[in-house]
Amino acid sequence: MKYVDEFRDGHHARALAEAIRRKVTRPWTLMEVCGGQTHSIVRFGLDELLPPEVTLIHGPGCPVCVTPVALIDQALALAGRPEVTFCSFGDMLRVPGSAEDLFAVKSRGADVRVVYSPLDALALARELPHREVVFFAVGFETTAPANALAVAQAKQEGLENFSILVSHVRVPPALEAILASPQRRVDAFLAAGHVCTIMGTEEYLPLAAKHHVPIVVTAFEPVDLLQGILMAVSQLEEGRAEVENQYARLVQAGGNRPAQALIQEVFQVVDRTWRGIGGIPESGFGLRPEYARFDAARRYAVSDVGGAESPDCRSGLVLQGLLKPMACPAFGKACTPDHPLGATMVSSEGACAAYYRYRRFEPVEAP
Amino acid sequence: MSPDPFALSCPRPLRHDTVQLAHGGGGRLMKELIEGVFLPALGTDPEGLHDSAVLEVQGTRLAFTTDGFVVHPRRFPGGDLGELAVYGTVNDLAMAGARPLALSAAFILEEGLPFEELSGLVHSLKAAADRCGVRVVTGDTKVVDRGKGDGIFITTTGVGLVPAGVDIHPRRVRPGDAVLVTGDLGRHGIAVMSVREGLTFQTPITSDCAPVHHLVAALLAEGLDIHCLRDPTRGGLASVLNEIAAAASVAVEAREEAVPVDEGVAAACEILGLDPLYVACEGRMVAFLPEAQADRALAALRAHPEGAGAAVIGRVLEGPAGRVTLKTPLGTSRLLDLLSGEQLPRIC
Repeated sequence: MKYVDEFRDGHHARALAEAIRRKVTRPWTLMEVCGGQTHSIVRFGLDELLPPEVTLIHGPGCPVCVTPVALIDQALALAGRPEVTFCSFGDMLRVPGSAEDLFAVKSRGADVRVVYSPLDALALARELPHREVVFFAVGFETTAPANALAVAQAKQEGLENFSILVSHVRVPPALEAILASPQRRVDAFLAAGHVCTIMGTEEYLPLAAKHHVPIVVTAFEPVDLLQGILMAVSQLEEGRAEVENQYARLVQAGGNRPAQALIQEVFQVVDRTWRGIGGIPESGFGLRPEYARFDAARRYAVSDVGGAESPDCRSGLVLQGLLKPMACPAFGKACTPDHPLGATMVSSEGACAAYYRYRRFEPVEAP
Repeated sequence: MSPDPFALSCPRPLRHDTVQLAHGGGGRLMKELIEGVFLPALGTDPEGLHDSAVLEVQGTRLAFTTDGFVVHPRRFPGGDLGELAVYGTVNDLAMAGARPLALSAAFILEEGLPFEELSGLVHSLKAAADRCGVRVVTGDTKVVDRGKGDGIFITTTGVGLVPAGVDIHPRRVRPGDAVLVTGDLGRHGIAVMSVREGLTFQTPITSDCAPVHHLVAALLAEGLDIHCLRDPTRGGLASVLNEIAAAASVAVEAREEAVPVDEGVAAACEILGLDPLYVACEGRMVAFLPEAQADRALAALRAHPEGAGAAVIGRVLEGPAGRVTLKTPLGTSRLLDLLSGEQLPRIC
């Protein structure tokens, strides 16, 4: 496949792994921020190619995983309403709320639909004027522009039967929280390439400087990831702490300005709770007051709905890189993709799902 | 769990109160449904499950199978529900090495289904049966209230004749077998999804929907010792390899680079976040036979247009029993697991 095969090339990948091996002189711990990167690493076995000095830990960058249980419960409450057609990206459907998931609500007759874009949900709202179409707007900065666009268009068209349940999160405050933690293990970050196509690299400069941590914006294919690791290890070995861009074929320093303007227009920065981690100041987006009528939680007064997480789920530690999925006592026993305790076991970007799917035969590693 | 998955003495508890969509997805939940509800109640062949049952009737061996067809949309690039209802059952018979003899077809029709559409589907069912050299000899019709059916459901049952000396069954798979596929994978699933979801691709992807019994006949005519055949429908190649590895208590190792996947299918999967190894085919089969016979099998398959893309994709290993691994292009390996249900398109 053009534009993909060259980034999965075995010779190139092994040459990069060799370069990392030559460069490294002492142990380093790198965190890949995005769940898409985690899946690529585990799926292609990239960590097997690395020298023992380099440890990869998996970060919080899975929007499905960090959506708090309360919001899933709100989604379930909305989807269960007879007048509502509830639209979501596919991988939210198996995420457990405090009692059940969207599939279960659907099996009882709720109108739950998988869409590929918020604009599909918007089209559905036009098509079904007598239904209340709610879109589950989940994601990092990557999906925020499209969600903002859908809301802006709904406002422009006066489409009153469309609203979104917002669970938008931002990467930099989460990295700040990880770096500020007393349990910090991270020496360098591989920042999420797709987020940076929108936001650029500039907002990482203060983080790198303040915490003296290398941040390499990295893409998702094996060759990309190995190159990102080589860049990060080189910085660490040379005592540098810079923001570098491995994903230069798509990421510009300033990011995508029109997309940022769209986010600015519709959303404002708000505090958010992260599933398993807790509250992080300024770590998300919420609708601006002038768009508040498109806020499904407000429109249907479900803001107070929300139960508790399973006490046996340790996904918070996994999402902060403090616990490897297979070291969780529930992994593969009380918690499987068929009967998950937390979202990390079912999301397509969840770290637990990656290990369950690709690695279950390996011996359990120490936490 | 009992070491023999088909000899469970008590049903495994089902962990859902109601049927979920994933119970039909060809993955772990479907296995749980079959082992938790159907086998304990209905009993099973001590030999284990296969695509067709083989019944010995006064010295003649008959393959017997049934399949329900509920595809939506009913027409898709490269085929329709009528054709699928024939090929699906003919192919299940072929997986036991059988030559198809006769089919039954039962139609559940929803009030309001346009006759034009029904007639079109029945004609294409007939054309498909002719292509396979099989007659539809009996049938049934029921009409349900509007809203109680999805337009039309078709169930076909097939009977076929298993030639003397042919024994194709998962229990015959052993270490040292080569694993072959007869062509590129995943086209049917992506073709159906493209219409269902209104996705448009630069190059339209057409379903691989086709009969494979003549490919089986070609392998048998070559005198090859086919150990097992299975068509990778729901759950795709990965599910077939897992089922066979479990049933035969062997391990299977596949090589990712060797698995043929059409460029367009690969690109569509990449965009949607799907793995083509789990996407359904309706005109392909996976064959297990001794490694020494693999080249002859490839030549025999490639002599037919439907087998032109045949390839050896892996091999059977001693153990651990039930484990399927995939060698990546980087030389590393990973588990190729059974999924819970169907794959879901990802968020970003």
